[in-house]
Amino acid sequence: MPGPQPLEAANVSKLPPAPTQAAKLPRGTSGETGDRVFKFTMLLCGLAVLATLALIVYELVLRSGPSWHAFGFKFFAGRDWDPVNEQFGALPFIYGTLVSSLLALIIAVPLSVGVAVFTTEMCPKALRGPLSFFVELLAAIPSVVYGLWAIFVLVPLLSNYVQPFLGRTLGWTGFFDGPPYGISMLAAGIILAIMIVPIISSITREVLMVVPQHQREAALALGATRWEMIRVGVLRNARAGIMGGIILGLGRALGETMAVTMVIGNRPEIAKSLFAPGYTMASVLANEFSEATGDLNLAALIEIGLALFLVTIVVNALARLLVWTVTRGQPSRANA
Amino acid sequence: MPETAATVSLHAVPPIALRRRITDHVMTGVAVLTVILVLVPLFAIFAYLVYRGIGSINWAFLTQTPKPVGEAGGGMANAIVGSVFILALASILGVPVGVGAGIYLAEYGRNRFGDVIRFTADVLNGVPSIVIGIVAYSIVVLYQKHFSALAGGAALAIMMIPTITRTTEEMLLLVPQALREAAYGLGIPRWRTTLSITLRTATSGVITGIMLAFARVAGETAPLLFTAFGNQFWNLSANQPTAALPLQIFTYAISPYDEWHKQAWAGALVLIVLIVTAVAAVRFAVRRGTFGAA
Repeated sequence: MPGPQPLEAANVSKLPPAPTQAAKLPRGTSGETGDRVFKFTMLLCGLAVLATLALIVYELVLRSGPSWHAFGFKFFAGRDWDPVNEQFGALPFIYGTLVSSLLALIIAVPLSVGVAVFTTEMCPKALRGPLSFFVELLAAIPSVVYGLWAIFVLVPLLSNYVQPFLGRTLGWTGFFDGPPYGISMLAAGIILAIMIVPIISSITREVLMVVPQHQREAALALGATRWEMIRVGVLRNARAGIMGGIILGLGRALGETMAVTMVIGNRPEIAKSLFAPGYTMASVLANEFSEATGDLNLAALIEIGLALFLVTIVVNALARLLVWTVTRGQPSRANA
Repeated sequence: MPETAATVSLHAVPPIALRRRITDHVMTGVAVLTVILVLVPLFAIFAYLVYRGIGSINWAFLTQTPKPVGEAGGGMANAIVGSVFILALASILGVPVGVGAGIYLAEYGRNRFGDVIRFTADVLNGVPSIVIGIVAYSIVVLYQKHFSALAGGAALAIMMIPTITRTTEEMLLLVPQALREAAYGLGIPRWRTTLSITLRTATSGVITGIMLAFARVAGETAPLLFTAFGNQFWNLSANQPTAALPLQIFTYAISPYDEWHKQAWAGALVLIVLIVTAVAAVRFAVRRGTFGAA
C-alpha cells in the first residue's frame, strides 16, 4: 500500500504545530482560512453575474458575424427578408417593434399614472393594499396566457366592434384603414399596454411615495385643491422617476415576445395602417430561429437579437438611472 | 335639499374657485376611470381562464400525453411534469449562484466593484427573454448538437439569477449590524456568522426572492422555444427535448383545431393556478414572516 502512507506521513508532520497555534488563537486561524474560502466562493458567484452578461455579448457578437460581414449597416435599412435567396433586411421588424411599443406606451402611460395617483393620493387606506395587489397580479400572468386571451377574446372584440368603429370615425387619417381582421399592429399594441401597466404604475407609485409629505402640505396650505396639490406638489416633483418607470415599461415592451407573436400577424411589411399585420424583432426570432436554413439566416436572426439586446440595455440603463436619482437612499420596495 | 346646498355653495365661492373645484372632481373621476380600465382586463382574463379552462380539465388532461390531431382526449401530463423538471434544473443552477452573489454584495460588496455587479444584475434583469434563449441555444444546444431540458433550464437559470441576487442582498442588509457584531464578539468566524446568523435571520426574505424569481420564469415560453423545444412524449432525461406547459399552450393556441384550443385554456388555467398560488404564498409569508416584523 504505497498510496496512503505518504498521505499519513504528511498529516503527522503537519500535526505538531497545530496545538501551539490553536493555543494562541482558538478559532482565529481556522476562521481566517474559512473566511478566505467563503469570500472567494461568494466572489465567484458575483463574478458569475458579470460573466453571464459578458457571455451574452460575446455569443451574440460572435455568431452574428457572418451577417454583419455580408450586409453591414444596410442590414438595418433593408426591407427584404428572403431566406431562400439569402437576402436579409431588418427594417420591417425594427419598425414593428418600435410602433407596437410606442402604441403600448400611448395607451399604458395615462392609465398607469392614473392608477398610481389614485392608489397613493386618493383612495382610502384600506383599499390601497388590495388595489396594488390586483395590479401586481397583472404582472404575474405569463405572456403566453395574455396571448391566448388576446387570440380568443381581444382579437374578435377588435374585429367585430372596435375596428369598424375606428374605421368609420378615424379612417380618414390613414392609421385606421383597411379590413378589420383583428390580428393587427393595433392588437399587439393593446396587449402590450395591458402587460406594461403594472411595471409603470408600480414604479410610479414608489416614486410618488418618496415625495416628501411637506410638499403636499405646502400646496394644500396655499389653498390648492387636491388635484392642484397632486399636479404641483407631487407629479412635478416625481417627473424624473415617472419617466424612469415609463422607460422601464418601454424596455419590457420592446423585448416582449409571445403575446405579440400570437396577435401581430407576423408579416414583414411596413404599413401605415394600424389595422395591417406587422412583425417584430422578438417575434421573428420566436418563429424562425429553430427553423433557420443555413448559417447566414441564423446569423441574420442573431444579429436581430443583438440589436434588440443593445436597445433594451440602453433603455433599461437610462430608466434605472432616472429611478435611482429619485429614490436614492430608499429601499427599492418602500411599499412593503 | 342637496340642490339648495349646491346653489348656496355656488354663490358663496367666486367663479375661479368653481372652475378649480370642477377640475378637481373631473380629475378624481379620471383617476377612478383609469383604475377601472386597468382592472377590467385583469378580471376578464381570469374570468375567461376559469370559464374556458375548467370545462376542459379532467383526469385525462392531468394524467395523459397529447393525442394526435383528430383524436379526442389526451392531456398535458408530460408537459406539466416537464415544466416542473425544467424549473427544478433552473433552480439547481440558478439559486446557489444568485444567493451567493447576493451574499457577496451585502457582506463584501459595499464598494465600486460591488456597484459594477449590482448594475450588471439590473441590466441582466432587463435582457429580453428571447435573447437569453438565443444565448442558451448557442452555448448548450450547439454544443450538444440537439435540444435538451438542460438548455431550457440554463436559460431560465440565467433569468432567475439577477432577481435572486438583488433580493438576497436587500434582505441581508436589513439584518441589524448589531446581530453580526454579537456573533463576532463570541469569536465566531465571519463566514460562519454570515451563514448561520445573517442568512438564517433573513431566510424568509431570501426565500421570497427565490419564489418571485421562480414565479417569473415559470410562465416563460420564449427562452424555451429553441432550448427545451417541446416533446409529445414523456421524457425525464436532461439531455433530451422536453415538453413544457407554456410551450404546449403556445403550440395549441395558434393551432387551427378546436380540441387543442380547449386544451390550451385548460393548460393556461393550470399554469396560472400554480403561479398565483406561489405569489399569494409569498405575500402571505412576507406579511406574517418573523423577519418582516423585525
